[in-house]
Amino acid sequence: MSLQAVVTRPRPGLKVANVVGVVVLIIAAMFALGPLLWTLTTSLRTPAEAFTNPPQWLPLHPDFSNYSSVFDQIPIGTFFVNSTIVTGLIVVGQTITCTLSGYAFAMVRFPGKNIIFGIFLATMMVPLQTIIIPVFVIVKDLGLSDSLGSLIVPALGSAFGTFLMRQYFMQMPVELGEAARVDGASRFKVFYLVYARMAAPAIATLAILNFSGFWAEFYRPLIFLQSQDKFTLPLGLVGLQGNLGTGSISVVLAGVILAMIPSVVLFIVAQRYFIAGVTAGSFR
Amino acid sequence: MFGYLMISLAVIFVAVFTFLPIIASLGLSLFSWDVISPPTFVGLKNFKRLVADSATVHSFGVTLVLAVGIVALQLSLGLALAVLVNQRTSTWAKTTFRTIFYLPLLASTAAVSIFMGYLFDAKFGVINYYLNLLGISSVPWLTSTWGSMITIVLIAVWQQVGFTFVLFVAALTSVPTDVLEAAAIDGASPLRTLFRVKIPLISPTILFATVVAMINALQLFDQPFIMTKGGPGTATTTATIIMYQTGFQNLQFGYASAIAIVLLLIILAITGIQFLAARKLVFYQ
Repeated sequence: MSLQAVVTRPRPGLKVANVVGVVVLIIAAMFALGPLLWTLTTSLRTPAEAFTNPPQWLPLHPDFSNYSSVFDQIPIGTFFVNSTIVTGLIVVGQTITCTLSGYAFAMVRFPGKNIIFGIFLATMMVPLQTIIIPVFVIVKDLGLSDSLGSLIVPALGSAFGTFLMRQYFMQMPVELGEAARVDGASRFKVFYLVYARMAAPAIATLAILNFSGFWAEFYRPLIFLQSQDKFTLPLGLVGLQGNLGTGSISVVLAGVILAMIPSVVLFIVAQRYFIAGVTAGSFR
Repeated sequence: MFGYLMISLAVIFVAVFTFLPIIASLGLSLFSWDVISPPTFVGLKNFKRLVADSATVHSFGVTLVLAVGIVALQLSLGLALAVLVNQRTSTWAKTTFRTIFYLPLLASTAAVSIFMGYLFDAKFGVINYYLNLLGISSVPWLTSTWGSMITIVLIAVWQQVGFTFVLFVAALTSVPTDVLEAAAIDGASPLRTLFRVKIPLISPTILFATVVAMINALQLFDQPFIMTKGGPGTATTTATIIMYQTGFQNLQFGYASAIAIVLLLIILAITGIQFLAARKLVFYQ
């Protein structure tokens, strides 16, 4: 018998196990999708019937009025703009600061490098809750209280992002840069024109990680923001739920769906960077 | 000089908004400060108060119980699903299941807390509706001590399991085929191959996933804060909720900092214990 035949030879009971495995996976998939599907279909029911059982799993008579009601009842457009500004500026900011620093820690020799990088690594272990009070005080002293800046400025640098970019630059050959240097390129040009371009996949991964993290962020907005016109989407939606009670849950759910759309669209176009981010993000 | 210039931006932001706050938090935990009047040095009084404060001690207990529940369920479920998906031969099936299990991660924890709150509603919720159809009486999901703790665990696992799943699928895919072929030639059953070959080979990833899931679970805040406000009573009041209330509602910044420092120490200790325990269990190639 060939090796392939040995490995793939039919085994008694294997077929049954196979079918059981598929059934378990399908049931798990139904549990994973169920709450999301219920949220979508219930957001398409009229407020009056939204909380009546059985739920309607297929939106046979979709009612889109909830989607306009969200805009009437809360400034969800403002929340959207706020979330976009905060997330966008953090993504851009960290891309710049972390690519620069990650490159230097990987490719440039300078005294004190290992000590500084060691401190960066040590800070990665510390949870946000442990530093939130001093950050709150610093934000206040900078005059950023209750502004989008209070969320953006403290997040423009990142030890984790630096670490992620450094790991990627470490795998790159030094010879490329040396050759460019011999040809007369400045050190910054070597970084910018040679290495930073090759780091595009790592930059995309970092950007996706930051988007996912800050678009969904609840804790810092809850603490830093007081005025409703500064709220980001997660905070605004929780406020909407609190204001409306159980009277019009389909309106709240329409807001939930609206807030998810950018994430879903991004996931569709950049799924592999989300998956790459899981492995990279697990170092966090 | 070039190196310093390149790291300067990151160093400034990390120093001001991470490193300095860690030191400041340690310092603040030794002070009494209500934000309005100047802080006064009180030594270890905040920590002594913490140990004697039954509400705070209880919240750390709640945090540990919830975290252990979340991590155990998330890891075992994530591993089981990864093993099952890894057995699929068609790429289409693998991609589809990966997409489905990842989807909950695309919603924010705030959004998840909102719609799960409706689904788990004791009177009108869909979950009790289906349980009733199966002949099971309604469960007081969010209105009883154990119900609320179980609900919080289930919701956290529902959202996070895709993360563990993706990690494990990647690890299982990288198990070398020659090892699996050798096991097959030796006549090992699929179940034996799983427990004696595959799981030992991916044990570094399992350790990794456990540590990360534990660190996250010990910081649990959004779901209990939004769904139950820590209740009923103090059933789901986690350490982070107590810290938030102490610091940002009662404006006791010194005491809140002490709670934050204890949370950090617990996270460091538990992570250390996991690595120590792993020395015997984890198999490095």
